[in-house]
Amino acid sequence: MSSHFQLFPERASTVAGHVDALFAFLTGVSVFFTLLIFGLIIFFAVKYRRRSPDEVGTPTTSVALETAWTVIPFGIMLVMFVWGASLYFTLYRVPAGAMEIQVVGKQWMWKFQHLGGQREINELHVPTGRAVKLVMASQDVIHSFYVPAFRVKADVIPGTYRTIWFEATRPGTYHLFCAEYCGLQHAGMIGRVVVMEPQQYQAWLDGSSAAGGAETSPVAAGHKLFLDLGCHTCHRLDQQGIGPMLTNLFGKEIQLQNGQTVMADEDYIRESIVDPLAKVAAGFQPLMPSFQDRVDEEQLMQLITYIKSLGTQQAQAVTALPPQGGAKASGLAEAWQGATTTMPAPPQRRETQP
Amino acid sequence: MSAVAPATPPAFPTFPPEHYLNAEQGIKSWLLTTDHKRIGLLYLISVTLFFFLGGLFAVLIRLELLTPQGDLVQAETYNKLFSMHGIVMVWFFLVPVIPTVLGNFLIPMMVGARDVAFPRLNLASWYIFNFAGLLMLWTVLTGGVDTGWTFYTPFSSIYSNTHVVTAALAVFIAGFSSILTGLNFIVTVHFMRAPGLTWFRLPLFIWSNYANSLIMVLATPVLAITLLLVALERLLHIGVFDPQYGGDPVLFQHLFWFYSHPAVYIMVLPAMGVVSELIATYARKPVFGYTFVAFASVAIAVLGFLVWGHHMFVTTQSLYSAMIFSFLSYAVAVPSAIKVFNWTATLYKGSVVYTSPMLYAFGFIGLFTIGGLTGLFVAALGVDVHVTDTYFVIAHFHYIMVGGTVMAYLGGIHYWWPKISGRMYPEGWAKLAALIIFIGFNLTFFPQFILGYLGMPRRYYTYPDEFQVLNVLSTAGASILGVGYILPMFYLAWSMRYGPVADANPWPSTGLEWRTTSPPPPHNFETTPVVTWDAYDFSSLEPPLGANQLDTNDHRGGSLENEKR
Repeated sequence: MSSHFQLFPERASTVAGHVDALFAFLTGVSVFFTLLIFGLIIFFAVKYRRRSPDEVGTPTTSVALETAWTVIPFGIMLVMFVWGASLYFTLYRVPAGAMEIQVVGKQWMWKFQHLGGQREINELHVPTGRAVKLVMASQDVIHSFYVPAFRVKADVIPGTYRTIWFEATRPGTYHLFCAEYCGLQHAGMIGRVVVMEPQQYQAWLDGSSAAGGAETSPVAAGHKLFLDLGCHTCHRLDQQGIGPMLTNLFGKEIQLQNGQTVMADEDYIRESIVDPLAKVAAGFQPLMPSFQDRVDEEQLMQLITYIKSLGTQQAQAVTALPPQGGAKASGLAEAWQGATTTMPAPPQRRETQP
Repeated sequence: MSAVAPATPPAFPTFPPEHYLNAEQGIKSWLLTTDHKRIGLLYLISVTLFFFLGGLFAVLIRLELLTPQGDLVQAETYNKLFSMHGIVMVWFFLVPVIPTVLGNFLIPMMVGARDVAFPRLNLASWYIFNFAGLLMLWTVLTGGVDTGWTFYTPFSSIYSNTHVVTAALAVFIAGFSSILTGLNFIVTVHFMRAPGLTWFRLPLFIWSNYANSLIMVLATPVLAITLLLVALERLLHIGVFDPQYGGDPVLFQHLFWFYSHPAVYIMVLPAMGVVSELIATYARKPVFGYTFVAFASVAIAVLGFLVWGHHMFVTTQSLYSAMIFSFLSYAVAVPSAIKVFNWTATLYKGSVVYTSPMLYAFGFIGLFTIGGLTGLFVAALGVDVHVTDTYFVIAHFHYIMVGGTVMAYLGGIHYWWPKISGRMYPEGWAKLAALIIFIGFNLTFFPQFILGYLGMPRRYYTYPDEFQVLNVLSTAGASILGVGYILPMFYLAWSMRYGPVADANPWPSTGLEWRTTSPPPPHNFETTPVVTWDAYDFSSLEPPLGANQLDTNDHRGGSLENEKR
């Protein structure tokens, strides 16, 4: 983040060079056509300047020329289109094995949580040489995660998850901006991305944990929420619960009541928590209440991370649960009335009409 | 102050005894007029006031951005400034300006009619526009709105604490005046053309305004519905856009841009029509590839409806729909390119004279070319991800909407000023203003391309230090640009009283509006004109221009030799 004058942005990710290459091509084509048009106008305007007051021009027309300047520009544009589209797919298709970091945008800050539990606000530490996948949610309005040095940007839209990825190449400190206008302190919703060599990054993670920067990991936090909210009373491990069993659920096709199927991804699980009746799994009653006002976006992410972890760790953690909840029917009511009073208030929304 | 010398000076041009300006007297005769020419002038007054209101906001924005800190204004005020700058400039200046001022004044005359098809509806649209404008002004005075001109949800529908509903209502009402104007022009062009004036004899100004009217009539209702839904969600908490109630915030963007992308063409198509007229007159030859230019207008109007998704490449739109929108965005660039090439080729073997309207036309082509070419950057998916919502986009659309539309509008105002006022403006001052505007514009907006690629996001009132140099340049340019925009106000006003009296056809031009007196009589023509010539046919003038040259195939042969000598 140098404060001196510059004309071209720093390049600090694997895709930055590719974006700049297409930009250079576009600039080249544009400069050529700008000079061509300006040059022709000046040339014709001088050469064919009016020399006597009643002089008239000679009508001209040419279908060949019309065809040429329809077809040739379109051909050049097709190159731009294909090049731009293939780059776009690279930008938004997350490579397998990317390291996941959770991001919540809210008026007016960026909150990050590493899978080890380390939390950061308006500052994000990442290693070089490793693809990083950000799973992003918004607590309130639309924000946009933008790191110019990486040439990546994605709108973070309330009500849905957005993933984006990058692989940093050069250690340094880079701007992080919110690029979508989000209200009063939009210009203050900025931060820094600190790119470190892998060893330094590991040291930072360890140091951050030691300093208390890491609380519980998202999986553990999600597990705790799962218990506190009473989710386990219905979503049991023995297929005897009144809700679907969540083990090995993530990434599977789910059969719905209405005969359709849906992929159990982050968005589906999120929707099933905040609006459970929208897509009810086949064979289950539409009984679940909405947890929309009980959990904020960070907690939703922790719950989802926990549910994702059930796919891999065979749910040992859950078997160790204390048997709370008791009988199904009464447990249900208790579960979603009790235990959640300490939840944070839902995000602030406008109180009054103008 | 020197004035343009008429090409074929009549002895002493004099005002006709009766014309539309003096046929009736008094305020009432203006406020109740159904004369399309007077309504055009009423609109001229309204949109000029809004231009300077929007410009005042722009001045404050640029002054704040002189320094990286928030020192002139704070976040709250700044957010309202850019929102109201956008709302006023888009809906109360750029969208209406050319159709309602030049279109109203010229379209009936150009087609050889006495008035538009629905004169009273025409006056009603001016009242509706002003009512909307007053509501907007009231919104500004009571605290303003801070959503940006784009009204994105759920910020606008749930979170903003400002006067969103009244601002949206003002835009909603202004839309009706757009629709009525568009409707009037469509019917006028279809049913009121003079005998012999076939579609392919129409001036290109008519073609582009016709295409534009189609967009106004078809797209504006979508905006109206969308803003109504925002207001309903604010007032009644219905869940259309708010995810809390099961709505989809991106749905708003689809609906909004379904209007607002075609709206860009609403702003620029009439400008293209003006430029075609200017180039044909001052190169004194028919526009190269007339039919291609005419159909390019229609192609832009049609394709313009299919590209709205390119405003949402970084939202949750699917990768495949993004691809389709990118492709269609390149497709819509083709007719614009065709126009630029045709205007350029019109100069070839022309008889080019550098009057101030022609300088504006050259300025338009230059700025529109840069604006159009940078459009190719934002249509390229991989590059758009980096530059969208940055100053690159700000610079791009200002090149099109301000560089393009305002240049053409000013060119048109100068070109038709003798017809409107009956007097010539001071040519030296007009050339100076055109030059100042061109330089000031580029200095204001070119640095913003660089700022954008560096990553400066739009709608920031504070910014990192390294962006300051370019911002200072931009503000310096804006102060030059401001001078350029104020100058014509003064000398045009001056010329209304002191300018030399204009001939009926001072340039001369071939359009029907030039074949009646300056200023025209209340009903435009003494007798209904009968058209027997193609557009821009200079041999149709009486007496025909260049009659002594037409016996040679290429009158340029001689002049080439002159050059060598």
